[in-house]
Amino acid sequence: MIETRSRKQSGGSEEVIKTVQFSVLRYDPKTLPAPRVDSFNVPVTKGLTVLDGLHYIKENLDSSLAWRYSCRMGVCGSCGMFINSYPRLACNTQVLELKTDTVHLKPLPNFDIIKDLVPDLSVLFEKHRSVRPFIVRRDVSIDELPSGEFFQSVEELERYLQFTYCIKCGLCMAACPTVATDRRYLGPQPLTQAYRYDIDSRDDGSDERKEEALGSHGAFRCHFAGACSEVCPKGVDPALGIQLSKRRAFVASLGLLPKKRLAAVAPPVTSAKRREGTPDAPERTVR
Amino acid sequence: MPESGFRRNQLGLVGWLSGGRYGIERYAFTLHRLTGLAILAYFLLHILVGSSRMLGEETWNSVMERLDSPVFRYGEFLVYLAFAFHALNGLRLALTELGFFLGAPRQPVFPYTSSVRRQRPLFVLVMIVAAVVVVLGGYDFFFAHPVK
Ligand code: SF4
Ligand code: FES
Repeated sequence: MIETRSRKQSGGSEEVIKTVQFSVLRYDPKTLPAPRVDSFNVPVTKGLTVLDGLHYIKENLDSSLAWRYSCRMGVCGSCGMFINSYPRLACNTQVLELKTDTVHLKPLPNFDIIKDLVPDLSVLFEKHRSVRPFIVRRDVSIDELPSGEFFQSVEELERYLQFTYCIKCGLCMAACPTVATDRRYLGPQPLTQAYRYDIDSRDDGSDERKEEALGSHGAFRCHFAGACSEVCPKGVDPALGIQLSKRRAFVASLGLLPKKRLAAVAPPVTSAKRREGTPDAPERTVR
Repeated sequence: MPESGFRRNQLGLVGWLSGGRYGIERYAFTLHRLTGLAILAYFLLHILVGSSRMLGEETWNSVMERLDSPVFRYGEFLVYLAFAFHALNGLRLALTELGFFLGAPRQPVFPYTSSVRRQRPLFVLVMIVAAVVVVLGGYDFFFAHPVK
């Protein structure tokens, strides 16, 4: 009964195409002296993802298995893991597409292990925070203008839009050879986000990001191995962001960077007429 | 590996050295670093050998005699190989790290493409040039001035 339900959850058909062995690294730093590998047989139906397979194991074979997930649709960035030695999102990876009879699962490397397949992503979030990933303005206080908007053209938006798709899954950090040897190197995700804000026409915070993003553990430690862009599940292309930030820093060092024309704050719309039949906005729930 | 090493799960030198299942540029990264170290080692040896001249002509001659063996000649060719790769790949890196050949940022539409793929023809081109340089150099090493 449970088995049927779990197969249905995959959203695919119920016909078992083959049985695949899930070879999973198990480790709890608090209780185990060293990791071990447990193997589970998982009946695979069409469309079954690695995440579904893990659910099957948890429901039917070993309830103590730990991994992290939330959205099941490649949006939250929680389920990154090393799948057959390649960083992928478990929810975004179909077992049949791996074309193997054994799926080796390990937690994302270059992050501490919390338990089994759960990496400690807090170092990523700290690095991300360290580059001030938000609009910084000196002339207007954003806090005072919670409902204000800035003018921005489509061209200005397109310069950084690609980099905003990042879901902070950490796959790029697991693939990067420099992160592998230098824990203090910021890494592809934070550096790309630093660049994303640096070139945003609304932002005036480049100077505040400089020390982190272009310092001795910043963008110039990247040597363009390119693995980050290859593994990124959202097509963010962090390698591009980092190289462009190096170009920007180089041009700036020559004193040739054009002065940024900061986006102005748009005045509140007063003159526009409301279209007939437009419903009222719901009551505000947060004040 | 100590307990804390397991917990840290840092790939370390293994992650730095092995290209894994990633693209060719990741291998080029490793090779670039290794050839850089090899050229540096050669350079130090070169200075050391050259400085033996300071100890007089006799020392110099005996050092030169000792170096005039196939091992060093072939070794020198290996350094030449490393140089050809390092110089030409370095040219590609200098260009790409300054943002050339990468294309502009774009909306990520599945199936995604990336700057790494867009610069790949440049990588292939510099590797072809490196191969030509190696073949020409190889001719010089092994045919025009063969090892005695
Ligand atoms: S850049 Fe891509 S791989 Fe890196 S954290 Fe963001 S979404 Fe994940
Ligand atoms: S569960 Fe959210 S990205 Fe996989």
